[in-house]
Formats: sequence, C-alpha cells, structure tokens
Amino acid sequence: MAEKVLMKGNEAIAEAAIRAGCRHYFGYPITPQTEIAAYMAKRMPKIGGTFLQAESEISAINMVYGVAGTGKRVMTSSSSPGISLKQEGISYIAGADLPALIVNVQRGGPGLGGIQPSQSDYFQATKGGGHGDYRLIVLTPASVQEMADLTALAFDLSDKYRMPAMLLADGTMGQMMEPVELPAESGSTVAKPWAVTGTGLARRHNIINSLYLDPEELEKTNYERYERYAFIEEHEARWESYRMDDAEYCIVAFGIAARVAKNAISVLRAQGIKVGLIRPITVWPFPKKAIAEAAEQVSAFLSVELSMGQMIEDVRLAENCRRPVALCRRTGGMIPTPEQIIESVKRLKGGN
Amino acid sequence: MTTNILLAGFGGQGILFAGKFLAYKGLLENKQISWLPSYGPEMRGGTANCSVIISDEPIGSPIVSKPDVLIVMNLPSLDKYEDAVVPGGKIFADSTLIGRKTMRSDVETFYLPATQMARQNGTPTLANMIMTGQVIRQTGIVSLEGLEDALGKVVSAKHADLLQVNLNAIKLGYGLAL
Repeated sequence: MAEKVLMKGNEAIAEAAIRAGCRHYFGYPITPQTEIAAYMAKRMPKIGGTFLQAESEISAINMVYGVAGTGKRVMTSSSSPGISLKQEGISYIAGADLPALIVNVQRGGPGLGGIQPSQSDYFQATKGGGHGDYRLIVLTPASVQEMADLTALAFDLSDKYRMPAMLLADGTMGQMMEPVELPAESGSTVAKPWAVTGTGLARRHNIINSLYLDPEELEKTNYERYERYAFIEEHEARWESYRMDDAEYCIVAFGIAARVAKNAISVLRAQGIKVGLIRPITVWPFPKKAIAEAAEQVSAFLSVELSMGQMIEDVRLAENCRRPVALCRRTGGMIPTPEQIIESVKRLKGGN
Repeated sequence: MTTNILLAGFGGQGILFAGKFLAYKGLLENKQISWLPSYGPEMRGGTANCSVIISDEPIGSPIVSKPDVLIVMNLPSLDKYEDAVVPGGKIFADSTLIGRKTMRSDVETFYLPATQMARQNGTPTLANMIMTGQVIRQTGIVSLEGLEDALGKVVSAKHADLLQVNLNAIKLGYGLAL
C-alpha cells in the first residue's frame, strides 16, 4: 500500500490529474481553488506538461476545447463565478463530443457571492449550465481521498463516453487536509480515432465542430448523444449507502453536507432513531434507483444541502412522490450543523 | 476516542502550522485526522483559525464547532470561541497576549506566557510550538515520541535548520509546569 500523505483537497486533485496522465492545465485563479493552479504551475514544467494561466476563464475553457480536440487529457478548474464564465465553452465541448475535466470548487452565490463553501451550483452542473441539449458527468467528492480518486475516475469516464466531466466540490473539500493514498500512474486507454493529430497524409481530415446548419442532422446528433446519456444513467450512477439497512429515515446529502450528516446520524442512532444516509457520488447520473429502493423502506427523506434546495428536486423525482421529502439547508457560504440536521430529522419523525 | 481541537490567533502566529503539526503527528500514530483552515480575508492580517480532529474512528465533519481543546493566541479568539468549548474541555491561552482569564468555570484552563517564553528563548516566532508542547503535556492527544518525524513532514526541506528549534520550542512548552 502506498504511503498516506497529508494533502489539501485542491492539491490532491492536481496530483491525481497528473498521475492520470493530464499534461495540460489551463486556468485562472479564484478562491477557494487557487491551490490547484499553483500546484500545476509548480509541477507541469518539470514533467514536460503545460500550465497556462489564461487571461480569463473564457479563454481558459477554449484552450481546454482545443487540447481536447487532440485527444490529450486536459483540464481546467475554477470556482462558481469562474465556472459561469466557462459555460459557453463547456457547451461547445459537449456539442463536439470531446472529453475534458472541469473542476468546480464551489463558493457562495449568486453573482460574485462570497468565498465560503457552497453547493449552490448543483442546478448549473446537473441541468445544463450552458445552452443546448447536453449533460456532464458530475462527481461529488466527500473526502480528500475522493478528491484524488474521483479525479482519476472523471478522466476515465470522460474518455469512455466522449463527453466532459465535472468534479463538483466545495470550499471545505478544497481547503481541508486529510490523509490520502494517491492513485497509481495511469492514462487514457481508449482509442481516439476522432482526434485531430495530423493526417500524415494517410487519412481524411478529422473535423471537430459543434455547428450543424442542417436541423435534421443536428437533431440526429442530439438523439445519438442522448442514447449514450441513457446508457450512462443506467450504468454509471454511484452512491454510498450508510447505515441504511434498518433505516426508517433517509438523509440524502453529498460532499461536506454528507460528512456533517454522518455526525448527526451517530447522535440520532444513539438516541434510538433509525436514520441512514444515501450519499450521491455522482449527481449526474443521479442515483435514482438507490432513492427509489429506499422509498420502499423509509417513511421520509431529508435532503441536506448548502443551497436553498436544489438536489431536493432530483430526490423527489427519484422517490416519485411516495414519501415526504423535507429540506435542511444553509446557504451563502454557511454550513448546516449536526444539531440542525438532528432537529430536522426529529421534525420528520414528529410529522408521522 | 475523538478529540476536536480548535486553534485560533492572528495570521502570522503559526496557527495553521501548529495545527498541521498536530495532524501529522496523529497520522504517524495511525490515528484518523482532519485539518481544516479558515481561508479568505482573515488569512490576510486578521484572525486565523483551524480545526483539527484526531480520532480512533473515521471522521465525519471536519468542522470543529464545539472544541474539546481550544488553543487561543489572541484576545479576539478567546472572546469568540470560549463559549463554544464543551463542558470539561480544556482552554490553552497565551497569557502574554491575552490579558484576561476565561469566564468559564466548567473547563480546565492553562495560561502560559508563550510569546514571552519564545522571545526569551531567542525564537520569537515559535510561541505556537510552545503552546503545542503544553497541549501535548496536558492532553496526551499525541505522544512525545517521534516529534522529529512529524516535524520533518511539516517543516519544508528548504528550512530543515528550523526543525531543531521547533523541537526545542515544543519541549520548552512541554516542560512548563503550570
């Protein structure tokens, strides 16, 4: 087993990306994810990679688009306002069916918002963000270990399905340090015959493009893309079930909210209240089956979020109105306390 | 057992460093650990704080809102966090910089003139590690064995000469009988 080192979540993302074979990083600094760019600035020149601080987020995402077209592993990272600026480029990358990794270490919004942790970019990450019919694979780490592991997984899924992936973290995950066992060196194992790498005069030109002036053709590409999305929804949803075996109440939370929820569950269990947690590790595809199965078992759900309540809509769609779904939230950079979650669960119990 | 530690003071006092040292020491003793700093405007000249959890079990939230151990190195931090300490918890205060005692009567308190001791020791910037030494003495959250190994992880190779003075400061704080 590799040695465990203490790393900030942001640094773990950067090191894991390098180990996954990413040699091209384009970004622009913003709190609370700047350590990713700083780490890349230090490491990339030493390993023959590219670190480039672009003049803006818009520029950075278009550089990502360019490298993605060559089939090389490429990434950018930012925090909420910066991710908003990248949306046009993300839509183009999705429209051109290219793999790439976008990291969002979320902070409070809307607007310039604040710099403290948040999960209020859930809608943006899972429902589109940019224009057009498209999806991102969205992974939600809840530990520094997962910051590393899900970075590697995001590159693999992105390559496999030829679509952009997003790591949706938050300020606490980025800033905290925990022991991490870094993933082994890897790289892309997927053939990329579509990549623009020079024809060597041996084949026709590959064309990377998201423009289809013929609506029938554009419709066809969207249908094809959605067949891929349907397959992903069926096969790639990931979640952790925590103390769900005998649970009568189910908390649904990801990232830092799930960590706080685990503290609340320990206290509630000690008081004899049977509560468990479903922690989505992917929020697109959303773990619908896990929620639907839980709906057969529990009497109510509680969605715990660092937002005004965004994931709760997906929880309701998944449990299909069979059980009440309540909300426990803080927003603007605030984090729910275990006590707040405990109170919310007890209110669920009172409501029966 | 789980110990929730909150360290707080001014930016520049080595609050985050002391927390990182405790975290690494815990890691080397095969404990579960987490370290979460305050970040943002307060890092640039205001108050700095960090949450450190050292536990025998997997750690849930890394946020310490009710510390078992509070280490404060300025008055604003004592004002802000003393009420949060759990009953029976421990408060360590740098009495060179904090002129008052805590209002709490249900906690154990340790006042040590760490900044003054650091100056007299010729290492004025290491009051943080003197505080840390006393915390180890009074709490036993980490062992006194293998301090060098943990320091080696947090003192960058560039500043290897600082390892010994940090070690001395920890021992100075540890040796102080209150």
